Amino acid sequence: MSHLVIAPVLFPLFAATLLLLLRRVMPLRVRRSLNLVALVIQILLVSLLAQRVAGGEILVYALGNWPAPYGIVMVADRLSVWMLLVTSLLAFFAMLYAVRGTDAGSRHFHPLFQLQLFGLSGAFLTGDLFNLFVFFEILLLASYGLLLHRGGANRVRAGLHFVALNLAGSTLFLFAVGTLYAILGTLNMADLAVKAAAIPPENLGVVRAAGLLLFAVFALKAALIPLYLWLPAAYSSTSAPVAALFAIMTKVGAYSILRVYTLIFGAEAGPVADLIGPWLLPLALATMAIGTLGVLAAHELRRQVAYLVVVSVGFLLTAFALGTEASIGAGLYYLAHTTFAAAAFFLLADIIAMGRGTLADRLDPGPIIANASLVGALFFITAILVSGLPPLSGFLGKYMVLNAAVDLPSMPWVFGVILTAGLFGVIALARSGSLLFYRAEGLIERTGAAGRSAVGPNWGRLLPVIGLLLLCVTLVIWAGPLSEYTRATAEQLLEPGVYIRAVLGDPRPV
Amino acid sequence: MLEEPSSMEALIAVIIGVLTACGVYLALRARTFPVVIGLTLLSYAVNLFLFVTGRLTVGQPAVISDQAVGYTDPLPQALVLTAIVISFGMTAFIIMLALKARAELGTDQVDGRLDGGDAPNERGREHG
Repeated sequence: MSHLVIAPVLFPLFAATLLLLLRRVMPLRVRRSLNLVALVIQILLVSLLAQRVAGGEILVYALGNWPAPYGIVMVADRLSVWMLLVTSLLAFFAMLYAVRGTDAGSRHFHPLFQLQLFGLSGAFLTGDLFNLFVFFEILLLASYGLLLHRGGANRVRAGLHFVALNLAGSTLFLFAVGTLYAILGTLNMADLAVKAAAIPPENLGVVRAAGLLLFAVFALKAALIPLYLWLPAAYSSTSAPVAALFAIMTKVGAYSILRVYTLIFGAEAGPVADLIGPWLLPLALATMAIGTLGVLAAHELRRQVAYLVVVSVGFLLTAFALGTEASIGAGLYYLAHTTFAAAAFFLLADIIAMGRGTLADRLDPGPIIANASLVGALFFITAILVSGLPPLSGFLGKYMVLNAAVDLPSMPWVFGVILTAGLFGVIALARSGSLLFYRAEGLIERTGAAGRSAVGPNWGRLLPVIGLLLLCVTLVIWAGPLSEYTRATAEQLLEPGVYIRAVLGDPRPV
Repeated sequence: MLEEPSSMEALIAVIIGVLTACGVYLALRARTFPVVIGLTLLSYAVNLFLFVTGRLTVGQPAVISDQAVGYTDPLPQALVLTAIVISFGMTAFIIMLALKARAELGTDQVDGRLDGGDAPNERGREHG
């Protein structure tokens, strides 16, 4: 039993505690460096773990050495580690931007950031349904603090909606988990899969209801239609590095959907097999369509990017809903791309907003921003990435998903919605880009309202954006091995028997 | 596995149902105070629900010993303890947030509109 499995969970907790204890003792400069060092170590830990599981081995860590169905287990398989890798890289670049001034004003920003990472890592690694709830609460509580960082009327209003909705979601989660426990008598996900497959007919209705309730909870986290309404306000009103980090938050919902509905309610689950099959694809496609309308209608750049996140969730879940090895693999490749691209876009939108003084990120013709050619070029590259035009990673992800859908009966719907949404996305971003950079006129208002005067971009702020864009370029250059890895991940997911045997140990019939 | 429903089980089921219904109704109100109370009621309902997921057993120990003829499931008690702690913290947080929203937005409407915007009845109801 390797302790490496639990290291990505414990290390952020340790770092958060340290940063919390040092918040009054150490100057901000030291705490910033500490946090960045901690994030680099986290990336290294996850990379070590990735080397171990890339070959297809599933590492199981039984907490307190209690055997699987009785104790809580942490499970590292290809999917968990892929999510951890994306999260830790994203967190590093978000923090690199945050240390340029966003983190000032509250001593708790750095501990909360690490606690958020703690919750995310735990949610990706746990093999226990109730433990998943606990880690959801940890990451949510940290995200409330980060969302409200530095206050302001807009942030508080969006935060109130976000918190109230998620509290209702947590209640639903507990109802679903309680129902599953009452009927199946276990909370371990592998054991749940075994018990659900052998369920007597009189309990079938209750378990199906609990499974669908769980889907509602994950759909709320993933911002699937009609539960996406909290996202645009929350993401567009918070500070840029937090919005960038939140790019992974919707993917937690997507991850949970993928995990639970391939393992517990997957194709081999007998009477409860393919539980959300009839729901997921139509909802995902509708999410893309509605999100695209939001992208077209947005009056502020940040709100537009928030709606682009909704579109990407729709796209991701479309790929997962198709349910083949190729489509899930392509979806996981796209997941990494869309997380980095959306985060880069949030950071860039903040740089643009700061460069335009009182006009901020409203999509109106305004003054020429300082260093417009460089920022404009970055905007152009990001827009190409996000809208999925060749030659960057967005195109590759989209192509692989469409390629996986060619032979399926749902092909016309998938092609129609994805291609139309892509076209409208290009139109909306082209309009925003030309408004921000070509129709600019006049000089920068340097005498705006207090704290609102224009600030030109500096390399410290541009560096994280360029870093995130380079990660997307990396996804293109090593597209071969990486898509091979995600395809192997999908293969592993579609054979839940291997996971179940790894966790429960004995060769039970599956 | 499922025994005949006793009157005790029916009573608990009704309590959970009433708590949930009241919680949902209050959570859908337009002002922050009823919303917070509604979410609290919902968390009470779910805590009670978790507690009875191990079935209602009377007069049995939670820990198995040689003398005991049966046992009551100890796991839901551990789960409900966790859930209570989490919901307690979350309630405290949302109360502080509601107070902050009242101070920052100048209104206790959930959507932050002064005078409830397009809900003219809201004022009359407040006094009624």
